[in-house]
Amino acid sequence: MIEVGTVLDEKVFYLDRELLKQYADASGDQNPIHQNEEFALSVGLPNVIAHGMLTMALVGKYVSDFAGGSANVIEYSARFTKPVIVPAGEKVDLTVTGTVSEVGGNKVSLSLTATSAGVKVLGMAKAVVLK
Amino acid sequence: MLNPDSVGSTFAGTDSITVSQSEIDAFCAVIGETDTSIAPPTFTIRITLTQFEEILTRPEIGLDWSRLVHGDQKFEIFSPVKAGDRLTCAATIESYRVAAGNEIVTVRSDLKREERLVISAWSTLVVRA
Repeated sequence: MIEVGTVLDEKVFYLDRELLKQYADASGDQNPIHQNEEFALSVGLPNVIAHGMLTMALVGKYVSDFAGGSANVIEYSARFTKPVIVPAGEKVDLTVTGTVSEVGGNKVSLSLTATSAGVKVLGMAKAVVLK
Repeated sequence: MLNPDSVGSTFAGTDSITVSQSEIDAFCAVIGETDTSIAPPTFTIRITLTQFEEILTRPEIGLDWSRLVHGDQKFEIFSPVKAGDRLTCAATIESYRVAAGNEIVTVRSDLKREERLVISAWSTLVVRA
């Protein structure tokens, strides 16, 4: 039963430098802050960071799974509050949870949270799906 | 600095874009999506960000893309995108402000298939001081 307040199962994605390169190629966003540590440090970042849109794409997968497929996702938004930091040779977590915030007709609204290494990386993350 | 006169203006993208199955496959592979019959919800960012860069960095608009970070993103999806779709993109500069030396610009893109709106997407882009 889906009702307001229903908490969805948590899912953990893992990101590494290889996935960032794969996303850069798939999205066309080749900004070096997502691939080149020396460059990332030179512009004041703590290390290579994941594309905000990669984080959003992974959380989008979580939403699609809940919705029974991408075709049922009709709204999706998020604010990029903190970067996902991806050091060389490491796999970092992206831990996603969701709560049903509204149910109306055939639409279900979700409030989403996403953290990496315990830090909240998305703010105001929301989706509306057809259910 | 962005030319304030451009706020409220809509710019047509250069050409229509045909979505290929291999592009959808590559995007799905990154996120572990096994259903590749339609594009994942955020797939069209690969079209719209490229269009924004081309439009916003035109000399008469003047945004500095090299100091850009992505502030927030929203999608409204009216019809899922599939391989073979020919999409046109129009970008509207909806708002612009300067806060603590940072330029904050919100751009909406409307992707259409045969004149029918498929996706509207809003990107807030921040040019760091």
